[in-house]
Amino acid sequence: MIIKILMVGSFAIVFGSLSLIVWTVFSKGLPALSLDMITKIPEGGFYMGGEGGILNAILGSFLLAIGGTFLAILFSLPTALFLEVFSKSSAWCSYVRLSLDILWGIPSIVYGAFGFIIMLSVGLRASLLGGIITLALLEIPIMTRAMDEIIRQTPKNLTQAALALGVTKFELAYQIIIRQTFPALITAILLAFGRGIGDAASVLFTAGYTDRIPNSLFRPVASLPLAIFFQLSVPFPEVQQRAYASALILTIIVLLVSVVSRLVASRMNRFTIK
Amino acid sequence: MQPHIQINDLNVYYKNTQALKKINLQIPRKQITVIMGPSGCGKSTLLRSLNRFLELDEGTRLKGKILLDNENIYDDSVEVIDIRKRVGLLAQNPYPLPMSIFDNVSFGIKIHNIKNAKDDIEKTVRHYLELAGLWEEVKDRLHSPANQLSIGQQQRLCLARGLAIEPEIILGDEPTSALDPISAQHIEKKLIELKQSYTIVIVTHILRQAKRLADYVIFMYLGEVVEAGTAEEVFLHPKKDRTKAYLDGIF
Repeated sequence: MIIKILMVGSFAIVFGSLSLIVWTVFSKGLPALSLDMITKIPEGGFYMGGEGGILNAILGSFLLAIGGTFLAILFSLPTALFLEVFSKSSAWCSYVRLSLDILWGIPSIVYGAFGFIIMLSVGLRASLLGGIITLALLEIPIMTRAMDEIIRQTPKNLTQAALALGVTKFELAYQIIIRQTFPALITAILLAFGRGIGDAASVLFTAGYTDRIPNSLFRPVASLPLAIFFQLSVPFPEVQQRAYASALILTIIVLLVSVVSRLVASRMNRFTIK
Repeated sequence: MQPHIQINDLNVYYKNTQALKKINLQIPRKQITVIMGPSGCGKSTLLRSLNRFLELDEGTRLKGKILLDNENIYDDSVEVIDIRKRVGLLAQNPYPLPMSIFDNVSFGIKIHNIKNAKDDIEKTVRHYLELAGLWEEVKDRLHSPANQLSIGQQQRLCLARGLAIEPEIILGDEPTSALDPISAQHIEKKLIELKQSYTIVIVTHILRQAKRLADYVIFMYLGEVVEAGTAEEVFLHPKKDRTKAYLDGIF
């Protein structure tokens, strides 16, 4: 009975906070949302309540998060497949998993600082490329561990059925396991993408900020989380309202991306062996 | 005729326990060999040693030789992939690959790059689906997911998939035990047809199935081969008391 009350209570708190956040973003952001917000870049005096929009940050965030997520996939997928298919020593695997779990817990500002130091040492300034690399570093532990857990769910009998046909481990990993777990892998990628696109601290030093539309890998780019941060710290209510509108745009982007990817994934789902 | 598989002094250990003790056997070519015995007697272990599946489990050690036409499959120079191509396996529970019916059969052809088959892949896929007795049931939905088939159909698909990579030997690990009686009968019939061109080794704990299928019988108990011989010898004139007892249903 007590357990049940605790469970219902926890659910209420989680669901309540989510609703409160969504409600705050919608109620404060919706009035300030306009076509200008998503089609124009900031004009002079934008942060004092002037004309313009945050197209620079929308595009910047897209490029940063998509770039970072793709770069992270290149490292996460092979790592996760290695842990499950190729590695012969389970002790080694558990060390790798432990390291990834610790990396997952490291605050993003530390990734930002780390990325910044790396960039200084190779002579890269705050730029789109720097932001993409840092976001990829931030996303890799999340994506790898999520994929690892998914790939571990592959039925042992399916793996053996493939091995009995004389497939190599490489073919097993890239032709059977990826197909089998594809819909779930999309979820893992989305989890990391969501973390990447919403993170402000890691791109603060590494991607910088600009009012221009991003046009080069080696120039700074704006991002939505920082756009929210900068506008929210201005003491004018109309600018703060635009911060909420920016947050609303960010939320909608994450929602759209995850709905579209899930639709794609569910088409693949029909081949999965249960 | 020279035996297809020859097993010399095979010992298998799982960590500290010995699962197979000093196995010496000769498995005849193009016949159905049935390995039978009570559960835990090592019959599955013996079968899995033939396609080198034992090494998938951590902590398994193997001593001795298994010769496939005089070539030791555990020799260092032998590629495990080649062995598994030559020795197909029909598992207890059918597991189609996560792709369409057609792709399930063509998959092995493509990865092993089987030349003649590749030139006309549609014809080849059809040939093996017919050989497994599944073509008529699936010819209109070749590109729908394999997981939509019934379990009996899935097992025949697994048979077609295995045959498509042109093995010499087909292993069956209780291949009918998960199936309904009619599907089981289907598979048995196919196996009898297939022994024309393949060497077949089946593990079963169903005595009547053993009697229906076997040309050659291996009876195992506690990791040892108690008796091996032609079906007639073992079923009608067993030499050992333990075999007699098993055939009479005493244990």
